[in-house]
Amino acid sequence: MARTASNTRNRLNRGDNAWAYAFIAVALCGYALFTAYPVINAFIISFQEYKPLGSTFNGLDNYADTFKSELFGKAIWNTVVYTLLTVPVALILSFAVAIMIMPLKKWAQTTFKAIYYLPAVASGVALSVVWLWIFDPLQGGILNQLISVFGIENQNWLGSSKTSMFSLVFMSWLSSHGTSIIIYVAALLGIDESYYEAADIDGASFWQKMWHIVIPCLKPTTLFLLVTGVIGSFQVFQNAYLMTGGGPDHSTTMVGLLIFDTAFKYFEFGAAAAQSLVLALIIGIIAFIQFKFLGKDVEY
Amino acid sequence: MGLFNKHLGNRGLRYTRNAIIVVFLLLFALATLFPIYFMIMSSFGDPIEAGAVSYSIWPGKISLESYKFFFEFSEYSYRWLWNSLVVASVVMVSNVVFATMAGYAFSKIRFKGRGILFAVLLAAMMIPYQVTQVPLYILIVNIFEIQNTYSALILPSIVTVYNIFLAKQFMSSIPNEILESAKVEGASQGKILFTIIMPLSKTVMAVMAILTFMDTWNTFFWPFLVTNTMDMQTIQVGLKNFRFANTTYFAPMMAGATISAVPMFILFFSLQRYFLEGVTVGAVKG
Repeated sequence: MARTASNTRNRLNRGDNAWAYAFIAVALCGYALFTAYPVINAFIISFQEYKPLGSTFNGLDNYADTFKSELFGKAIWNTVVYTLLTVPVALILSFAVAIMIMPLKKWAQTTFKAIYYLPAVASGVALSVVWLWIFDPLQGGILNQLISVFGIENQNWLGSSKTSMFSLVFMSWLSSHGTSIIIYVAALLGIDESYYEAADIDGASFWQKMWHIVIPCLKPTTLFLLVTGVIGSFQVFQNAYLMTGGGPDHSTTMVGLLIFDTAFKYFEFGAAAAQSLVLALIIGIIAFIQFKFLGKDVEY
Repeated sequence: MGLFNKHLGNRGLRYTRNAIIVVFLLLFALATLFPIYFMIMSSFGDPIEAGAVSYSIWPGKISLESYKFFFEFSEYSYRWLWNSLVVASVVMVSNVVFATMAGYAFSKIRFKGRGILFAVLLAAMMIPYQVTQVPLYILIVNIFEIQNTYSALILPSIVTVYNIFLAKQFMSSIPNEILESAKVEGASQGKILFTIIMPLSKTVMAVMAILTFMDTWNTFFWPFLVTNTMDMQTIQVGLKNFRFANTTYFAPMMAGATISAVPMFILFFSLQRYFLEGVTVGAVKG
C-alpha cells in the first residue's frame, strides 16, 4: 500500500522540479546579477584602488584608512547618537499610542492608524522640502515662532552644529510611526484574553496588568521593532543628505552619508566599499548582541 | 478589552477616560500631520521670493500660480511625472508576477535545493544596501553601460527578496489538499498557479503591488545616481533639482513637493485597507 502511494506521489510530482526552476528563474537571475554579484564584488573592490581603466590591488590599505580616519569615527559616533535618540523614543511613542488606541471603537482605531501611517506615504524628498522651511532660521520660521512663545531665542536649526543633530532627530520624532503602531496593535490583539481575566480575579490594577502581562507578551514584538529600527537607523542618510548634507562641520555626517560621499563625491570606490563592509559588520554585531541579551527568553 | 477596566457600569468615568485618551491621540496626530498640512496649504501661495513671505499656518489666498511656476521651471517637468509612472508601473508588475511565481515555488513545490536557495535569498535582507550600492553602480554604468535609460531604473528592482518572502509567507497558509486534488485531476503546476494559487492570493498580490509602486515612486537615490539628463529623471530627482535651483521660492517648492506626494495620497486613501494590511502580513507572520 505504502509503496503504491509513494509511486502515485512520484508520478504526480514528476516534472515539479522543472516547473519550480521555471518559476524562480527570473528571481534567481535578478538576485545573482543585482545582489550576489555586487556583494562579492564589494569584497574585491575593497582591496583595490579603483581606477576606471584597471584597478590595482592595494591590500588592506582601504581598511587601514577607514579605521584611522577621524571622520569615520565621528560618523559612527553621530550614527550612534542619532540611533539612541530616535529608536527608543519611536518605540515608546508607538507603544503608548497602540495602548491608547485599544479601548476605542473599530472605526476610530482604523482612522488613527491611517493618520499615523500617512507621512510614510509622502516621499522623503517632499518631506525634506517641507522641513527645510519649518526649520527656517529667520524669525518668521515656523519652529522659531513656536519656541518664541516659550521665550526661547531664535535658533539657526540646521545651520549651527549645536542644533543640527537635534533638528534631524526632531524630524524623525514627528515622522511616521504608523508601521510600528500597527504592528504593536496587532500584537496586543493577539494576547490571550484569559490572562486578563485571571488578573482581574486577582484584583490587579491597570498598571499591574501592563507590567506583568502586556510588556512580557509583547517582548518579541519589541525586539523585532528594536532590531529593525536600529538596523534601519544605522543605514539612514537620506534626511542627512537632503537636509544638511552632513554639515555644518560634519556634525550630522552619518556613516551611510559618509559612504555615499566617499563613493559618489570623491569617487573613491575602494574606500567606500571597505567602509560599507565595516558598516555591515557593525550592524551584524549589534543585531547579534540584541538577540543574545534581549532575546534570551523569547521563543520564535 | 481585558486590559482596560470596565469601571463596572460607571459610564461617566469611562467617558472621561476615553475623552482624555482621544485628546492625546489627536494631539499626536496633529503633530504628525502638520508637515503635510503645511505643505499643501502653503503650495497655494504666490510664487514670490521668501524674503517677502511671512509664514502662516492658516490658509490665506488660494492661487495656482506656484504650480504653474513649478511646471514652467523645466520643459521636462511633466516628463518627470511620466517617467516615475512608467518606472513604478513596470517595477510593480514585474514584482507581482515574479514574486508570486517564486513565492509559490518556495512555499508549495518540493524541489531540489529549495531550502538552500531560499536561505541564500533571505541572507540578502541582512546586507545593508550601502554594500551593494557601489558595485551595482559600476555594473550598470561601466559594464552594462545603460545609465540614463529606463532599464537602469527598472532592472535592479525587477523582483525584490522582500516581496518573494511576503508571497511565500502568505501562500504557506493555503491548504495542501486543494493542490493535491488538483494534481490528481491532472492539472500541471502552471495551471495550478493560475487557477488556484493566484485567485486565493489576491490580497497579498494587491499588498505587494501597492507597496512596490509606492516605494518605487518615492525612491530618490538610485534614479539620482543613474540619470544624468533632465528628460530621464523621475519626479523625486526633478523636485530635488528644482529645490536647489530655486532656494528662496517658498510656495513653488511646496507646490512641487505636493505634486510629488499627492498621487501617493490618492492611492493611499483609495486602497487604505491594503496599505495597513501590508504592514502586518510581513511582520507578524514572519
